[in-house]
Order: sequence, then structure tokens, then C-alpha cells
Amino acid sequence: MSATLSPQLRDPLARRRLGWAITALVLLWPLGRLAEFHPATLLAPANLHVMGGFVDGFLPPAVEPDFLHDLLAATLQTLAIATAGIALAFVIAAPLAFVATRSLSIAAIGPADGRWRGQALRQAARTLMVLLRSIPEIVWALLFVRASGLGPAAGVLALAVTYGGMLAKVYAEILEATDARPARALLQAGSGRVAALCFGLLPLAAEELVSYTVYRWECAIRAAVVMGFVGAGGLGQLMDQALKGFVPNEVSSISLVFLALVMLADAISFVLRKVLA
Amino acid sequence: MSLRLAKVGVVHANGRRALAAIDLVVAKGERVALIGPSGAGKTTLLRVAAAALRPTEGRVALLEDDPWTLAPRALRTLRARIGFVHQAPPIPPRLRVVTAVLAGRLGQWGLGRALRSWLLPDDAAGARGALARVGLAERLFERCDQLSGGQLQRVAVARTLYQAPALLLADEPVSALDATTADAVLRELVDYSQAAGATFVASLHAVDLALRWFPRLVGVRDGAVMFDLPPAEVTPERLAALYAGDLGPVNEAPVSGATQRATPPLASA
Amino acid sequence: MRSRRAQRLAGLACLVVLAAGVVASLRYLAVDFGGLFEAESRHRMVRFVAEFFPPDVSPAFLRQVGLASLQTLAVSLLGTAMAAVVGGLLALPAAGRVGLPAKWLARSLLNGLRSVPELVWASLMVLAAGLGPFAGTLALAVHTTGVLGRLFAESLENATPVPEAALRDLGAGPVARFVYGTLPLVAPQCLGYVLYRWEMNIRMATILGFVGAGGLGQMLYVELSLFQQAQAATVLAAMTLLVLADDALSGWARRGLSAQPL
Repeated sequence: MSATLSPQLRDPLARRRLGWAITALVLLWPLGRLAEFHPATLLAPANLHVMGGFVDGFLPPAVEPDFLHDLLAATLQTLAIATAGIALAFVIAAPLAFVATRSLSIAAIGPADGRWRGQALRQAARTLMVLLRSIPEIVWALLFVRASGLGPAAGVLALAVTYGGMLAKVYAEILEATDARPARALLQAGSGRVAALCFGLLPLAAEELVSYTVYRWECAIRAAVVMGFVGAGGLGQLMDQALKGFVPNEVSSISLVFLALVMLADAISFVLRKVLA
Repeated sequence: MSLRLAKVGVVHANGRRALAAIDLVVAKGERVALIGPSGAGKTTLLRVAAAALRPTEGRVALLEDDPWTLAPRALRTLRARIGFVHQAPPIPPRLRVVTAVLAGRLGQWGLGRALRSWLLPDDAAGARGALARVGLAERLFERCDQLSGGQLQRVAVARTLYQAPALLLADEPVSALDATTADAVLRELVDYSQAAGATFVASLHAVDLALRWFPRLVGVRDGAVMFDLPPAEVTPERLAALYAGDLGPVNEAPVSGATQRATPPLASA
Repeated sequence: MRSRRAQRLAGLACLVVLAAGVVASLRYLAVDFGGLFEAESRHRMVRFVAEFFPPDVSPAFLRQVGLASLQTLAVSLLGTAMAAVVGGLLALPAAGRVGLPAKWLARSLLNGLRSVPELVWASLMVLAAGLGPFAGTLALAVHTTGVLGRLFAESLENATPVPEAALRDLGAGPVARFVYGTLPLVAPQCLGYVLYRWEMNIRMATILGFVGAGGLGQMLYVELSLFQQAQAATVLAAMTLLVLADDALSGWARRGLSAQPL
């Protein structure tokens, strides 16, 4: 079709589109093999039987008093892990962000002999943040669990490390995006960096900082549940036990409580953001 | 009878009356210009004529059929024979010019051809021909958001030319173009209607263009027809009465179309 | 004046409540942070960390790790692709194009799929499909369908109906006018969402292995369970490299996409 067309009529994109289409088709088969893609397994009688029995047992959800007691304890534990984790993450992130932000750089205003040292310090802080963020929190949790045999505390530490990195990066970005003139004015007048931060930058950046921190707290609750699957306590560990122990009605109770917890956290975060801003 | 409106009235959902007891008959192959102040109801009238808007009162006959009594399939076939040039080009910015023009025949193509053509346009020659008539042939494979507002409007005109309708309707098709280009594009539309024997009804803001290109002028004001005359009988007094109270001089193009815009009016979602 | 004072008091009260919450959390967990740092456990942790070095870099093991990395990538790619297709199909009713009851049903379904964390889906899929990467692909596909379906539906609802209406007026059928009229409006944004989710799913796919869904995650879990720290170190390094490469890849892909016409 294209060979007989005059050059002005040949579609410049035709080749590229055909190329992509062929590449996609060619790659599909090996990708499927790699990922062991066999939809037929879903219909194998043994698997269907297991799955069917499991789904059957979802209702009614478990409500025995002993189990409810465990469920309440696990919920409180998850909340505690998330809150303590975020608090610790904040303790790590605040100084990191403070060091890394350019808005408080005295050297940026005028000649100062600590220039290269300041820049190196900032670079080191940023690299540290990237490293902390790269490893998923559940991996940290697993490592902490294996290293120290701790349960919930492993979750707290894992959150502190990864969320510390995330919070630090976003805090630094927020601080850099904020109008730096009041802070610079303070620095030029000779005040220390800490004072410049508190009176110059923070009042302007507070709303965004608080908003992001509260959002991360919500994420921390979900993460705390997920980390429970590797032994870090809370609702996650309870659900892992219920799944492995084949107790479907407990799984549905836990799921319902989890959904309620997420909605509650959403409401709390909404209120907090309005009040603290 | 290509177009017949009998006692057509339109009342919008908010209660405002846009058209009142319009009677209009246009024969096959005729060329009619609608003129009148802004808000007179010209767009509404054209939309009724395009089977895009159902009138609240009265009957409509387009190409011998009442569109609102047809089955969906038959309605689609009827619409495929009616071409509409909008005031602002209704073309997604990221579409390529060739695809935008080829969309004109979607009413005539089956689904398979439509989908195939979207990925790999199969009638590039046809699209190019239509674009050549509006002077944009070399832009065939460019993206629409690389064109100016006026150029995009010309692409919309090319789309309707490619559609080759039996009834051609245009709502201020050249208001966004400069005087020379406006004249040239209008000439293309008139040439098409003469060559294909298509009926051509256009609303125009520039009365001089209407006087020059159309043997029949219909003056519309406040949702009613004020006069229906050949150009010789459209006197300055009649025009003054028609546009009385309208803000701004009669021949000026609307502010939004006076300059060529760098970005097309439609923003992508 | 009074409202500002009331606001300040409310803010202060919140801070106090927050601080109390943090303290309560720490007490509830009864975390013995002091115990962490005393001699015995400190030595144990130092020993634990020391066992990670040097990491195992024998060719045979590296090949295994390489294969597991590819498996993780394949899982993330297939899962995201499946989710894009199904999510796209569900987005049409969810955007209200097939009537109100269908919209409510579709939205509820999508929300339900989204709310369950991927790891829980993976555990369920392991039950349905057995251990291995297939469970991971399914889990990602199901969860991501919820996410993408909702995002697509929002894009569709925000898109201007003008181009599609114009095509209806020239007689185009429903599918054709969607493809030529609305799809070009939403496609760039939707493709961006898909890429963004793929990026996140690469991370997710590594984690899902922890519950038996194959790839690097399963390898890490197994090595740690067998107390083979040196091997675990290699897997961790591969994980980090994968995440860093993934960050770089998404930047390149995004730039390429924005230049594409339709």
C-alpha cells in the first residue's frame, strides 16, 4: 500500500506504529512464559474446590467474643504502629530536610567560606534520602523482624526508616518552593538558621507540611497492615494467620474492620487538616 | 425540497424562547445566507436543520425525511448526508490533521474501517484533496494543536468537504479567518455546492460576504424571520432595522476571531 | 478576632491530642527500645548485619537473581496491561455512559477492588492459582483494575463532549465517535496513569513474592528463612537496582509519550 504512494502521502507514523505492534506481539509469548501465565489453572478442580470452600465461608463473619477481643487488640496495635512510626519518621525527616534545603543556605546570599561543605552536606543528605526510600518498607520490616525478633516494633522502625526518607524529600521540596525572602531577610540580619526556619519559612509552609504529614499517616496505617504479613503484628498478622489457617469467616471480619479503619482514618485526617492548617 | 421548516419553535430548558414559528423552505441546490444580530437564533435554526436539535413546536423535513420519525439506523444515514461546519472547530487537539479530516466519512464507513483508519489512515489521498481546497495540503500529517485557530477552522471545513454532504450547513464558518482567507474558503464552499448540486445554508456575521456570495438572504432577529430577499433588495435601511440595538458595527468580526490564535479553542481534558 | 483565637486554641488542642496519641502508642506497644541497644542484642544485630557481606556473586546465583528480576518485571508488565484493558472497559459504565444503575455498580466494583491491599489479593490468589508468579500477576491485575478504572472514569467525565457530539451529527456510530472524538482527549492522560501504575507495580511485584507470588520477593523471603544472608544481600541489591532503574525509565517514557500524536 505504501510503496506506490507518492512521498507526500506516506504516513510517517505507519512504520513506527507497526513496529510497536509487532514488538508487543512478539514479546507477549516469552513474557507469559516468564510469569507462568496459565489461566487454565484457575479452573483446575483442586484449586476451584479450595477457592470455592473459602469464598463459601466468608459469611457470616466471625463474631466470637475471644476473636473479637483479639481483633480489637490488633486494631489498636495497628493504629499505634502507624502513629509511632510516623512520629519517629518525623524526628528523622525534620533535621534531614533542614540540612538539605537550599532556602536556608547562608552561602546562597553572599560569599561565605563554608560553601562547598554546605553543598556536600546537602548532597549527602539527599543521597541518604534516596537510599532510604528505595527499599520497600515491608522489606525493612522483614529484616528487622529477623534481626531482632521484634514484632510490632519492627513495623515501627521500618516505617520510621522509609517514611523518614519520603517525608524528608517532600519537606525539602515544600521548603524550597516556599517564598524564601522572609527567611533570607532574617539570615542577612544575622539570625541563626534555626530562627530563620521557625520565623521565616515555617509560617508560610506550615499548611502544606501538615497536610502531607497527615496524608502519610493514612498511608502508614495501610502499610502497617501490610507489614503484619511478615510478622510485624497488628491486623496484618492476624489476617495472615487466618488465611494460612483457612478460617475464611475471620478473614471477612478482619477485612470489614480494616475498611472501617481506613474510613475512620480518612475522617480524622480531614478534620486534622482543617484545624491545623 | 431539500429543507423545510414549518412553524418551527424552540424553547430552551431554562424557559428562554430561541425560535418562534419559523417557516423556511429551501430548494435543492439553493444557497441561502442567514444574517442577523448575535443571539437572534441563527445557530439554533441551523442546529434544527442539522437534526442536532429537536424543535419544541413545528415539523421539520430534511432531504424529504422527518428526522424525528426515523429509526436510529436511518437517522444516522440521514445525518451522514448533512454536513455541519461549526463556529469553533470541534476537533481534539492531539488528533492529526489527516485523521480529523477522514472523520468526515464516519457516517458512511463501517466500524471495522473506522478503527483501522484511526491507526493507519487509509485514504490519505482523499484527505489531502480536501485540505488542498482550503490551502493546507502540506499539513496533512501534523498534529492539530500545532495549527493556529484559523488553520484549525479550515481543517474543519476540509472535513465537511471530505464528507461531501447533500445538505451543507455552516455556522459562521469564516468568522475566525482574516478577510482574504475568509473569502477564499467561502468560494470553495460555494464551488462545492454548485459542483455537487448540494444545498448550502450558512449564517454569516460579515454582511458583505453574504451579499457577495449568496443569491438569497434571510434576516433573523429575536427568533423570527424578518425578511427573505435577494441581495439587490436588501437595503441599508433594512439592515439597520435588522441590527438595531446590536452592539458594535455590522461588519466587524467578533473579538475572539479577529486574530489568529496560537492555541485551538478546545483544551484537552 | 474571636474566631482567630478559637482557631489557635483548636490547633493547640489538636497538637496536645496528637502528642498524647503518640505517647499512648509507644506505651501500648511497650517497645523496649532500651533493650534493643543493650550489649547482648546489639552484638546479635551487628553479627546479623555482618553476615550480609560479602554478598554472593557466583555466576550461577547471579543468573538465578537475574531470572527472578525478569520474572518480577514480567509480572508487573502483564498485570498492569491486563488492568489497563479491563479498567478501560469498566470505566465506560463508571463514567455514566450506559445509565445510572450501571454507573453505580461499576463504581462500587472498582472501589472494592481498590480497597483491598495488593498483598491480601496475592494471598487470596495463591489459594486460587497456587504459589508462583501467576498469583502475583492476577493480584496486581485485580487491584490495579480498580485504581485505573476509577482514574479513567474521572478522565472520561471531565472530557468535553463537543467533539463527540459533532461526530454524532455527521452520522458516526457510538464506538466510532468515541474513538475519534473522546479517546484522543483522554488518551495522553490515561496512558500517563498506566505508566505511573506500572512503575509502582514493579515495586509491588517484588513485595508480593513475600506471600509466595514469585520473583525477587519470594527469593528474598526464602533466603532469609534459610538464614542465607549473603544470598539475601545479592537479592536486596538487585531489588534496589530495579527500583532505581524503574525511576529512570519512567522519566524517559513520560517524555516520549508527551511527544506522540494521535
